Amino acid sequence: MNSTILAETGAITNFAWRFFRHGFRPRYEVQELLYQCYVVGYQSLPLVGITGFIMGIVLTLQSRPTMAQFGAESWIPTMVGLTIVREMGPIITALIFAGKIGSSIGAELGSMRVTEQIDAMEVAGTNPFKYLVVTRVLATTLMLPILTLLADAIALYAAYIGINLKGVTTLALFTNNIISTLTFGDVVPAVIKTFFFGFAVGIIGCYKGYNANKGTEGVGRAANSAVVVSSLVIFLLDLLAVQITSALGLN
Amino acid sequence: MLPDSAPLSAATATSPAEEVLTVEHVSKSFGDNHVLQDFSLTLHRGENLVVLGKSGSGKSVLIKCIIGLLPVDAGRITVLGQEVGALGHDELDQLRTKVGFLFQSNALYDSMTVRENLLFPLRRHWMADRRGQEESMVMQALDDVGLVETIDKMPAELSGGQRKRIALARTLIIPPEIILYDEPTTGLDPITAREISQLIREVQQKYTTSSIIISHDMNCVRLTADRVALLVEGRCYAEGTFQELQQLDDPIVREFFV
Repeated sequence: MNSTILAETGAITNFAWRFFRHGFRPRYEVQELLYQCYVVGYQSLPLVGITGFIMGIVLTLQSRPTMAQFGAESWIPTMVGLTIVREMGPIITALIFAGKIGSSIGAELGSMRVTEQIDAMEVAGTNPFKYLVVTRVLATTLMLPILTLLADAIALYAAYIGINLKGVTTLALFTNNIISTLTFGDVVPAVIKTFFFGFAVGIIGCYKGYNANKGTEGVGRAANSAVVVSSLVIFLLDLLAVQITSALGLN
Repeated sequence: MLPDSAPLSAATATSPAEEVLTVEHVSKSFGDNHVLQDFSLTLHRGENLVVLGKSGSGKSVLIKCIIGLLPVDAGRITVLGQEVGALGHDELDQLRTKVGFLFQSNALYDSMTVRENLLFPLRRHWMADRRGQEESMVMQALDDVGLVETIDKMPAELSGGQRKRIALARTLIIPPEIILYDEPTTGLDPITAREISQLIREVQQKYTTSSIIISHDMNCVRLTADRVALLVEGRCYAEGTFQELQQLDDPIVREFFV
């Protein structure tokens, strides 16, 4: 069991290293990269938006009674703002992203592998790794931070609605409360870690799909394990990010 | 178990032609399954060589080793003067532009139209003298296989025979010197199988290609083969023309030709 995990970790690391070796050498698959950005980013917008909205409104409504007990209702925007921007926004968006995009990449590449389409690209001397893997990993790495920022914005607006469901505050006051609390140390590390989350989702999804075997069963397993492993790696990266920001005095 | 000996040769003396592909003493195993054992083969320029064998005898493994999709355990494969096992990634990609490969499953890119399937290799092997001629090259390749009207269709909209032809067109879009056919008529009705076999002959004559055709369809073998190599238990058991092998008295050879 332990040796399997170590072997898998080594293989994924090797796959990631291959990405860096191939990714920055011509030929550049610009058209495919833009298409993947559209699929990975634009087509994930509705799901990420709905998730962000629910996250913001639920967080506000659930924290209100406790805050009210301490007479700290005026602190709700600050608390919700910090929670969403620093932690909930990046981690929830990344997990939703892993579920939607990680599984779709794993299934798509897995299906191409078992139907010999990847072999066909290889025997044509066309470097399928560059066309299939590099473009998808770049797309997930670039799109997740943008989706997270959008999810954050939608969640904060939902929090404003949540506050106004049982009380009254103006948008200007709400915004001012959040902006005056958030610092450079809150926003920048939260954005930086989403690049790593996106990279993890892309590279693990591609690795699982690219190395799928055993027919349709293998495709299902590739899609499933792409989600499971990338979700786990997201949590591990988040833990690492907290340690680093703590060491830098940004917590 | 077969004796360790040279293959039965039914060939009559012919003038030597240039060797474009040689397989020398190649062995390949998957665990305890010894698929190829000390297998040797030579392909001459302009000829169609059929490798005949039972299902699961290692025919497809052989051509995947030739194209470098699978590494060999022992032995040497030389294609157009280059040893496949000794080539780096870029050199292997370069060599693969001169060798076409037709998959048994056709392996068309199912998210692309026929046009995009054909353009895919073309755009990635940019040729200065052919820039701007991509569209006409696609039309030419489709015309060669008689399927110009399918240019904007998706692979899922095509019949089995049409998919096979499109896969062949994709192989021909960058004219190869050697074509490797993996069971080109498997899963096709007898009429379509005959048409594909005739197409293989036409391609050989038009493009002067040398081909290795993996098959166990005797009609396809009869129509396409200049020479036949019989693969039995991982070894080249017998070699010769179709007619020559047909006349051999050896019981194993007769199993295929009766």
